[in-house]
Amino acid sequence: MRNVYVLGTGMIKFGRYPEKTVPELGGEAALIALKDAGVTIKDIEMFACGNLYQSNAMVGQRILQQIGQTGIPVINVSNACATGSTAFREAYFSIASGMYDMAMAVGVEQMGKQGLLGGTGGGDPAYSTEGKLGSGLMPAVFGQAGIEHMRKYGTKLEHFAKISVKSHKHATKNPFSQYRNEVTLEDVMNARMVGYPNTLYMCCPTGDGAAAAILVSEDKLKQFAGGRKRPRIAASVLTSDPYTDRDLTLPDVNTLTRRASKLAYEKAGVGPKDIALTELHDCFATAELVHYENLGLCGDGEAGEFIDKKGGCHPDLGGFAPVNVSGGLLSKGHPLGATGVANICEVVWHLTQDERAKDRQIPNAKAGQAHVIGLGSACTINILTI
Amino acid sequence: MAEQAQAADSGPRPIVPFLKLGPNPHLEGLKCSCGAIFLDPKRVACSKCGATSDSFKPIALSNKGKVYVFSVVHQSFPGIKTPYVTAIVDLPEGVSVRSNLIDVSHEELQKNPKKGFDMPVEMVTSVVAKDREGHDVVAFQFRPCK
Repeated sequence: MRNVYVLGTGMIKFGRYPEKTVPELGGEAALIALKDAGVTIKDIEMFACGNLYQSNAMVGQRILQQIGQTGIPVINVSNACATGSTAFREAYFSIASGMYDMAMAVGVEQMGKQGLLGGTGGGDPAYSTEGKLGSGLMPAVFGQAGIEHMRKYGTKLEHFAKISVKSHKHATKNPFSQYRNEVTLEDVMNARMVGYPNTLYMCCPTGDGAAAAILVSEDKLKQFAGGRKRPRIAASVLTSDPYTDRDLTLPDVNTLTRRASKLAYEKAGVGPKDIALTELHDCFATAELVHYENLGLCGDGEAGEFIDKKGGCHPDLGGFAPVNVSGGLLSKGHPLGATGVANICEVVWHLTQDERAKDRQIPNAKAGQAHVIGLGSACTINILTI
Repeated sequence: MAEQAQAADSGPRPIVPFLKLGPNPHLEGLKCSCGAIFLDPKRVACSKCGATSDSFKPIALSNKGKVYVFSVVHQSFPGIKTPYVTAIVDLPEGVSVRSNLIDVSHEELQKNPKKGFDMPVEMVTSVVAKDREGHDVVAFQFRPCK
């Protein structure tokens, strides 16, 4: 497999764009990434587009119908919340394999004010099990993932709440974040309960957004980088949920993440201590906590202590092993298809000291990782190094 | 036979196929020769070992189990009454099942979640809806063992 680099990135501020279409949002992010890379759509040889809610509607081709119909191969990717990061991985493989030298990945989603996700539907509503045989809604599913950690290790509600406080604080420095308001521990603890133990501020908002990346081979890097240092994709891993005893009843978000993490660290030849920043899938505060351990940022059962010692906080806040300095999904929002590419943009911006991360820059960042879980389940981890 | 079929047709219906109604309502799973138990009755193969469905045997599951984890649902789709407790219950046969946990105080569980862990529970059934054809739809719930 050949080395693959990220030459350019683009992202629009996550928010609500009811006046725009999905191809417009994706096209905007693509144009920013192309400009950032110093190339045009005519240089792109392959395009992988991630979108979930219009996955039957050729979003990738419709983006090209906005920004340049060059006739290149387009694949439309859908993989739950890991949709964007899976599209990125397809673009990566298209170059790593030697097939192409320059590819584009776009993640885009328009969710509007769509509320709770998950549950069952279709057919006679009398047979819908939601609320009758428990809940398959995301706040309950991820609530239980946190409760499982409470059960095993005595983790407290405060630990989950502190994650929300931390990520909201981080978001105040990120102009691309949908929400940029600070919250106190009391605000989080006393907020309306959505699905115990997740209160409102421990649940990510939905929204609209798009992000894009231009990936290149070493040859193209030399041709277009113009002396700029560009990160290498040291590992791009995708796993699905292996059989575990309760997975079909209570989705197991841990085992596939641990497997992906092990594979990614091995492939990249780095360990958790080498990772300057982690963007991980904090769809709920409970999810972030379990992933501290799943990604090896702390030992098993130590996530509570990690949080108490300011693990996950930006160094400017006196923290270490920073997690979600973008504000995470909790603040940034979670337009499903866009998330996996946006997380990679954030990591790239720190590794390249891009001005888009200037107020939250992690100093001397040489390696970073972006993790996504799509329930059902898919896990991606991309480790980038410079 | 025809009369029986007609009688069954007008009777209550289970909300999911693995709930068996009748005088002794219970859950029924499929057990693979590798030991894995599944709740979906139309499965083609075992996702643990890969054996095809001829390795499956029906297994009647206990009506008693223990709560593994739970959550309290405070916000849901329109028409679903909240708050309620959703729980993952481990059955002694080695399979877990999800349903509502009733006859418990959600406030107490939120204050002291430990009370929920390993709570012995038993299954009960109740009519939860009427379908488009007018049949009663029966679901199962768990409550603390008496």
